Parts: sequence; structure tokens; C-alpha cells
Amino acid sequence: MINANLASPRQDLIYMLVFSAVILTMPLWLQPFGAAYPGLLQKFMIFGILAIGYNLLFGLTGYLSFGHAAFLGIGSYAAVWSFKLLSMNVIPAIIFGTVMSGLFAVVVGYVCLRRAGIYFAILTLAFAQMAYNLAYSVLTPITNGETGLQLSQQDPRILDRMFGIEATSSLPFPNLFGITSAGFYGFYICAAVMIIVFFIALRIFRSSFGLKLRAIKSNQTRMSYTGYNTRPFLMTTFVISGMYAGLAGSLMAVTDPLAGAERMQWTASGEVVLMTILGGAGTLIGPLLGAGIIKYFENIFSAFNENMLMDAFSFLPDWMAEGVAAFLGLFVGDGWHLTLGLVFMLIVIFLPGGMMEGLQRIWKLIRHGRHKRDHQSKSQQASAEEA
Amino acid sequence: MSKVVLDVSDVDKKFGGLRALSDINLQIEEGTVNAIIGPNGAGKSTLLNVIVGRLPPSRGHVKFNGQELTGKRPYEINQMGVARVFQTPEIFPDLTLLQNAMVPALAKRDGQFNMSILKSLYHEAELREDAEQMLKDLGLIEHKDQLAKSMSRGDKRRLELAMCLVQHPKLVLLDEPTAGMSRHDTNRTIDLLKSIKEQGMTKVIIEHDMHVVFSLADRISVLAQGAIIAQGTPEEVRNDPKVKEAYLGGEQL
Ligand SMILES: Nc1ncnc2c1ncn2[C@@H]1O[C@H](COP(=O)(O)OP(=O)(O)OP(=O)(O)O)[C@@H](O)[C@H]1O
Ligand SMILES: [Mg+2]
Repeated sequence: MINANLASPRQDLIYMLVFSAVILTMPLWLQPFGAAYPGLLQKFMIFGILAIGYNLLFGLTGYLSFGHAAFLGIGSYAAVWSFKLLSMNVIPAIIFGTVMSGLFAVVVGYVCLRRAGIYFAILTLAFAQMAYNLAYSVLTPITNGETGLQLSQQDPRILDRMFGIEATSSLPFPNLFGITSAGFYGFYICAAVMIIVFFIALRIFRSSFGLKLRAIKSNQTRMSYTGYNTRPFLMTTFVISGMYAGLAGSLMAVTDPLAGAERMQWTASGEVVLMTILGGAGTLIGPLLGAGIIKYFENIFSAFNENMLMDAFSFLPDWMAEGVAAFLGLFVGDGWHLTLGLVFMLIVIFLPGGMMEGLQRIWKLIRHGRHKRDHQSKSQQASAEEA
Repeated sequence: MSKVVLDVSDVDKKFGGLRALSDINLQIEEGTVNAIIGPNGAGKSTLLNVIVGRLPPSRGHVKFNGQELTGKRPYEINQMGVARVFQTPEIFPDLTLLQNAMVPALAKRDGQFNMSILKSLYHEAELREDAEQMLKDLGLIEHKDQLAKSMSRGDKRRLELAMCLVQHPKLVLLDEPTAGMSRHDTNRTIDLLKSIKEQGMTKVIIEHDMHVVFSLADRISVLAQGAIIAQGTPEEVRNDPKVKEAYLGGEQL
């Protein structure tokens, strides 16, 4: 993994091709896992994009932002406004969402990047909570407060009207030049965006810019005595990362044209930190994996309830089944966060490099085992020849 | 007299009540090796900190090739051609040795900020060769793909030296570059420092090891309690009675 940034262009091309194939065929290979329905697939893509962007900041520079949900929310609001004012086409919505959160990131970054470490984390958290509260109360004309921002038939949609696209009797739905962004189409739109932004992340990882970011994470003092002005590096990365989050937020609106303040809550900021660390901060694919796993298990675990558990343990004596179900009930349904917390603790303690580290260890074990076997068979051969 | 590269004039540095540097005047000529010696706590590292912009002087000025350094940021001073090796190695522990050497080389080439992501490191062959050559010169090449944090303290020092030299600075400031090194590695480092003498690089070196000092230095400045008590060629300093008394307690150098 150490030489990962010296991958040749050929290797990268293969990497991108395999990656794209895996993403685009998700509706097929996720079928056996019961995860091949559009809503969940869209979530995989959206949270994957969020985590990849988050990892550019946290994984490369080591700056732990605790306010990325604010960018997510701004991306959503901006996209819905684009649907209302401009057009139901997803392209302006995505652009508008990404740019708006980029602008917000400039302001937040300018203030928060004056500090590092825990102070930086707290400053970003403060900003996100401010954004959340503003969205809830003061900015009601823009965010529609508690109800959340929704589309309505009376929206102006200037561009659509200009091109003679008339409102139908039902509420319009976002579309890509007429192709709806609901269901599997929505997934493929998100998947296409995912492939593009993954490619950009790959370029950053492979470039000297990426190496410099890692050097900042490793020793910022050395960086300044080595001739680098670290602030613009951090600022650029923070804004890129905020734009990834804004993009993810606007895709949320693309697949479901609503925007609510709860999207900006600190729990949402915490979730992307978990995804990134769970998968493996600083690795290219890890955060994506973390996002997928968390969304997948959230989907399974939160669907369970105590009655289902009772059914599952009905073979036990009643009193025992009740006990077991009550205990396990703590970890499913609304208690899914408890499970997540436990898994997270185990990972941080035993696999600080996340799941990618786990996979690497397994890979090493396999190779080591094979190596040993080769060795053994060779020496056996040798002794056989001698005999 | 050849050109003065570094001109420290009337520098004072106070830490609260402590006067760590008082009235320092030091002129360093191009291409020379200058040793700064003195007992622990004399203010040697503080002097280097003032030069590279880590600490602002309480009074006085530092000029480099006629340009004012006081008030400049550390990265600006480095971009002007001043590199420093610290007393406790400042390296990139989580990067490989090769990456450690490439980052400073990139700083020299790309300047203080550059965000191009179009060119992959894979295509930076020339830069990588420079970095590898430097690691080779310092005897670290066989570890180039190892993480820097896994190296011994002496190796970290040599790595930091490589990181400075790969920038081909006009002036290097070395704070005890051989501390913690084996005799063998110390000699090797002396040889390396001697060999780059021929390339017209100016060096300021803080050192406790008198063997290193006398085999390298053209000029020696002796610092005690924040003041320069003697300056001159190794011969002059060796025979200065004040130095013998203040620094060595009468012991023969
Ligand atoms: N940042 C600081 N704040 C307060 N006091 C300091 C600071 N840096 C150095 N000092 C004090 O200034 C004096 C000179 O320290 P300095 O590190 O320059 O000595 P030195 O000559 O490098 O010693 P050594 O040989 O042990 O490295 C010491 O008394 C030290 O405690
Ligand atoms: Mg010192």
C-alpha cells in the first residue's frame, strides 16, 4: 500500500474500469444480499460521495471536521431551490448545490482553519449547529423551517417555462432531459456522478498535491520549514471536501425533492466520520466501503423489531425467548445505533486502519500461507530429487 | 573578504525575565562552515530559531543576502534558500523515506503553494531520482520504502539532513546533526558535509562534538549565557583563554 501513489497510468485505468463496472452492476450483484432496490442503491452512492469527499480532508490532511452535515444540507436546499426557480432538470440543481456549499465552505474554512486539532473540530461543529438552527428558525423564508422545503405546482421554474415544459396536474419530479431521476434511473444518475468524483479523488491521491496533504497530516511544522504555506493547501482541500458534501446533498434532493433541517444535525456529521474511519481513513476505497456497510446494516437492523425476534426464538421456552428477544431488541430497530457504536469501538481498538486494514491483513495471511506452501513443496521436490 | 550571506545584527531575545540572547552580532561569509559552540542552555538553538523565523527577536535584525528576514514567515525564509535541521528531528513520520525526500524537492520546484492534480507522481521521474540520489548519498537508500517513523534516531537525523540538502539551499542551519549517531555514521556525515563544501553552500552548525567542529569549521563562535564570548578561526578559539575558562572550565581542547 506504501507505493500506492506510484501506480502506473495503466494500473489506474484498469482500476477505474473495474471500479465503474462494479458500481454500475450493483443492481445485479447486490440482489443476493437483498440490497438491490433503488432507494438503498441511491443511498450507497450519495453517502459514498459524501464519505469520499470527507476523506479527502480527514484522511489526507488529518483535519477532523465535525460539521460536514451543514454542507450536505446546503446542497439539498440549493438543489430544491433550483428545482423551484429554474428547472426540474437535475444538472442545474447539482451545479447550484455544489457551488453554494463550496461558497459556504470558503467562509467556514477561513474561520475554522485558524486552529487545528480538537479546536478545529469544535469550530466546525459550532458552524454546523448554527447552520442547523438558522435553517430551523431564522431562515424559515428560505428553508421553510420545520416542515422542510418542498416543491409546489405554483413554482416559477423559469427555464422550464421558457422551453415550454408545462406543469402537469401532479407535482413535477426532477429529471435529466426528460428521463426521471426516480428509481433505478436515479441510481444511475448518482452512479455516474460517483464515478466522476471518484476519478477526481484518485487524481488527488496520485498527485504531488495529495502527497503534500499527507505531509501536512504527518508534520505541519516540518512543512512550513520546508517552504510550504500550508493554509492555502488546507483551504483548498476543505472547500473541495465541502463541495463533495454539497454534491451529495443535492443528489439527495435529486432522488427525493425535499430538504429538511434534520439533514444538518450533528448526528449526520458524526455519521460520515464513522463511515470514513470504519472503512479506513486515508485509503481511496475505504470510506466508500464504510458508507455502504453502515447504510446496508442500518437498513437491515432498523427493520427488525421485537416481535420478529420473538418469532425467531420461538423454539426456546417462552421465558427464555422473551429474555433473549428483549436483550437483542436493544440492538435492533431504533437501537441500531447501539450496534453501530459497539462495532465502531471494536474497529477503533482492534483495527485502527479500518476495514481496509483488515482486508490487507487477510490478504497478507493468504499470501504468506501460499508462500509457505510453495516453499514446502519445493523443499519436498528437492529431497525427492536427491533421493 | 568575500560576500556576507547572513548578517545578524544586535539581536536580543528575551523569554520573560530570561535574556536568552544578548547583543548578538554575527557575519557569515558565503561558502564557509561556521560552528556555534557553547554549553547547554547557552542560546544556540534560540539563535537559529530567530534566524529561520520560528521566534521573533526582541530587538535587532537578521539579513540574508541583503534582504530582511525579521518578520518573515518560516516558509518564506525557506523559499529564499535557507534550510534547517532541528535538534529533535522534524521529519514526516508517516511517509516513506523517499516521500520524505520528495516533499522538500517539490517545495523547491513548485513554490509555497501549487494545487495541480493533473500530473501523477508516477511521472515525476526526475524529481524522484534527485531524492533517491540524496538518500543514496546519506546511506539511506536501502530503506527508501520504509516509513520514517520506523527508523533509528540517528537515521532520522540523516534523513532530515537529506531533506534539507535535496533543496540545494544557499544556507543550511544544522542543530547538532550528528547527535545520537554512531561513530561510523558521524564520520560519514562529516564527509558528506565536507564534500558539499565544494559546491559553495554556506553552513552554520551547532555541535557539541569537538571532533566534528574542528574537522569541519572554518570559523567558530562561542556562545555562553546568550552572548558571543569569542569568534575566530579554530586555532584562535582553541587558544582563547576566555573560552577555556567559560566554556571548558580550563580543560584543554
Ligand atoms: N520557547 C522558549 N520559551 C522559554 N524559554 C526558552 C524557550 N526556548 C529556549 N528557552 C530558554 O532559553 C535558553 C537557551 O535555550 P537554547 O535551547 O537556545 O539553548 P542551547 O544552547 O540550544 O542548549 P542545548 O545545547 O541544550 O541545546 C534556555 O535557558 C532555555 O530554557
Ligand atoms: Mg539547542
